[in-house]
Amino acid sequence: MIAHSEETPSRPKPQSFTVKVLRKNGPGQPSYWAYFTIPYEPELNVISVLQKIAARGQEDGGKKCAPVCWDCNCLEEVCGACTMVINGKVRQSCSALIDVLLDEHGSTLELRPMTKFPVVRDLMVDRSRMFQALKKVKAWVPVDGYYDLGPGPKQSMAAQEAAYPLSECMTCGCCLEACPQYSKIELDQQSGESTEAFQERKAETFDANFVGPHAISQVVLFNMNPTGEMNKRERMDAITDEGGIQVCGNAQNCVAVCPKHIPLTRSIAKIGRDATFHTLKKWFDWS
Amino acid sequence: MAKQRVLIVGGGLAGLAATMKLAELGIAVDLMSITPVKRSHSVCAQGGINSVNDQTRQLGDNEWKHFDDTIYGGDFLNHQPPVNEMALWAPKVIDLMDRLGVTFNRTPEGFLDRRRFGGTLYKRTAFAGATTGQQLLYALDEQVRRWEVEGLVKKYEAWDFMSPILDDAGVCVGAVAQDIVTMELRSFRADAVVVATGGCGLIYGRSTMSMTCTGSAASRCLQVGAKYGNGECIQVHPTAIPGADKLRLMSESARGEGGRVWVPRTPQDSRSPKSIPEAERYYFLEERYPAYGNLVPRDIATREIFNVCVNEGLSVEKDRQCVYLDLTHIDAAELTRKLGGILDIYQKFQGVDPRYTPMKIFPAVHYSMGGLWTDYQRTEEGRLEVGSPKNQVTNIPNLYAVGEVDYHYHGANRLGANSLLSCIFSGLFLAPGLETLLKNVPEGQAAHERPQSLYDTALAKQADRHQSLLKNTGGENPYLIHQELGNVMTKAATVVRVNEQLENAIGVVHDLGERVKRCSLSDTGSWSNQNVLFTKALQDMFPIAKAILKGALQRDECRGAHYKPAFELPGLTSENYEERHQQAEQWCDKFQENVDKFLKSTIATIDADGEPTITYEEVDTSLLPPRPRLYGLVGADIIEKVWKERTSAKQAAAKAAKAAEVAS
Repeated sequence: MIAHSEETPSRPKPQSFTVKVLRKNGPGQPSYWAYFTIPYEPELNVISVLQKIAARGQEDGGKKCAPVCWDCNCLEEVCGACTMVINGKVRQSCSALIDVLLDEHGSTLELRPMTKFPVVRDLMVDRSRMFQALKKVKAWVPVDGYYDLGPGPKQSMAAQEAAYPLSECMTCGCCLEACPQYSKIELDQQSGESTEAFQERKAETFDANFVGPHAISQVVLFNMNPTGEMNKRERMDAITDEGGIQVCGNAQNCVAVCPKHIPLTRSIAKIGRDATFHTLKKWFDWS
Repeated sequence: MAKQRVLIVGGGLAGLAATMKLAELGIAVDLMSITPVKRSHSVCAQGGINSVNDQTRQLGDNEWKHFDDTIYGGDFLNHQPPVNEMALWAPKVIDLMDRLGVTFNRTPEGFLDRRRFGGTLYKRTAFAGATTGQQLLYALDEQVRRWEVEGLVKKYEAWDFMSPILDDAGVCVGAVAQDIVTMELRSFRADAVVVATGGCGLIYGRSTMSMTCTGSAASRCLQVGAKYGNGECIQVHPTAIPGADKLRLMSESARGEGGRVWVPRTPQDSRSPKSIPEAERYYFLEERYPAYGNLVPRDIATREIFNVCVNEGLSVEKDRQCVYLDLTHIDAAELTRKLGGILDIYQKFQGVDPRYTPMKIFPAVHYSMGGLWTDYQRTEEGRLEVGSPKNQVTNIPNLYAVGEVDYHYHGANRLGANSLLSCIFSGLFLAPGLETLLKNVPEGQAAHERPQSLYDTALAKQADRHQSLLKNTGGENPYLIHQELGNVMTKAATVVRVNEQLENAIGVVHDLGERVKRCSLSDTGSWSNQNVLFTKALQDMFPIAKAILKGALQRDECRGAHYKPAFELPGLTSENYEERHQQAEQWCDKFQENVDKFLKSTIATIDADGEPTITYEEVDTSLLPPRPRLYGLVGADIIEKVWKERTSAKQAAAKAAKAAEVAS
């Protein structure tokens, strides 16, 4: 449980603090630091600071600037949109509280975009590779259709309790930012290449590279489901293919940064064991 | 039918349910969303989803009671046939979601577990931990991804819907949208456009809604002639955590477990709350409602908290409205055991442990019951005709609306755990109607056969808007105007509504609406320009804000979430039985007068200047005759008795008349 005291001891708050943002105007453009001094107010978070910067429209020194570009939506840490690197740690910016950051880091706040995804602009990155991974591993329950066919199979409380944490994955990308085996892939549309052809080339490249811990954990989730289990084999084919489970170097960084505390390393271990059986079974089937 | 396509705008529960069902029917779908669909606002729903189930059925529950609770909760402003159909489908919707792999909580025997929610006596609500909305959304997202791989669904994520495209006859033939990364504007041909873009909470500045819930898509439909229904019906939740960026929900269970609501008697007392002595604390709910204390009904709690801050000036803080919700008198270990989950949310976002420091809370805008006007095909027995293209269509042919952005399911007040149901239901139910529509497109009228000029003209209009915004030099700051709009809307059109305040707000919003045309952008670039996208959304908030205010001003009554104390029917005063009975008769006369005058949908249309015109439409109350909501009113029992007698007399008379008609 959370540590507490009646009056939380904290550093005296500064009059103002500096926000240092690693900006970039677009792909292929240089990165640069921009500085914003923000008067201290209680109960700010990184989102509200970025909103203040947008409303102000200028950097320290008075130079006019565009609002910092960033992704966000729910502001409750359930949509996964607002991930960035805050004072060196990958996390959601909605739950990054200024009071806590000032206590931990003094009066400078440093915001950078994630490094494992192409930067679209400023703090906004393109995480489409994460969704492509979900396609590759067939992360769904293959039902017959959406007509009324009665209830699903009964499941034990224990099964639900095992599945629920895995299904809380919000595709935020923290685990991939921390993973030493996951490296950035940045592709450009070539002149003369149609959008469709470019999308296809992207998907193929993504599929040939590491899917990442979030997708491995989704394989566990759907293999666990009584109906999902029926196409477990296809999922195992995908996860033992190029860019699959074998790429994991077992650094265990993923589980340490997951904001939802999903047992990612347990999922990886499970798929590791299943992969061995899967490969052996394939051998026997073929022999 | 090979080239026919449906464009779905919005990928929350309603949009995804519609997409997946259409794909199953073999219809190609373009799914457009401003955010990756998996990040839609539906993820924020915590509580659960309602349906009658095997257990409640044996305790006397049935679909009709679910229907009755929903209509009564909505204060009879809901259209009854769609709600009836929804309640009948509810068990099937939950079965389907169960089959799709939603991790619903289970009983020891392996059945779906259920909890009880407000406004009903039965445990109808299925839930998945405290993230039911997220779990349901993910299940639909996964199915849609499957169809994407199959090739029937093409996603356009990170595209912002700019406008429907209508032909000369006023039929919707597609839409213009903008890529929010590259800023490319393009037109989309579609044989039907389905708007599933959720609520409009951002009109109030901060609310419990996500940042994409601006109402701009609905407004863009209004601006080409769509009707907006019951705009003034906005649900406000009593307890939310005020944040600089967002108001996050704090569950009612905190009060259920003994939480006490108070403010210091000295306005803005600067002492820390724990050092303020009991005698100097104002436990206003306990003092004013000795019987119910802190557990007064939700709407009353909302009104009292609002009143003590706004009208009595007793807010805990000077610059921000809030009251204390205090649990610190309860043992910390017990709190952790009973309320651990929700207390952790408070600690996560406030950095303060509510076991030791009183929480600061305030009511927050939570749900838009109103929205785009939509139609339906009623059957003789008061259900919906399956497969009718009239279901969910707006007044613009081939333009549809489903989910929170449509208006007819929740009346004047939504029941807890009914929103997830209405979103999935309306999305699924829409699909067979669209199939019928697409099969019957007249020769030469399919979207792919339409002249290119139609699309080019619509595109040019949006390109003009975009360019002129970039060039604007009026000096106004869109972010500051948004704050001002939020403040005035929150003050005038949330919990307590007073005509003078609404009139004043209409003036202020009008002036802001002029100023918003003169916004100067701090980003005039053509790459991922969030500044210009926000400014467009902000400008488009105004027609809906005006419709909300005008609708509220003209509705001189109390109905559901719309509360106007000046027009409240007071309780009975006499202690004498005869007199009391007489008073009850008079009360019922007044209630009937009110029903005749105001039990109507408010319908707003927008003129070229974005000014609303309000008209009224009858509500289909043919299945369940209106009855007064009497919770906590003095004399409720006798009023109820009188009203029941009147209703049965009326029904008997109608029956007799019908019999006489048949006989003749």
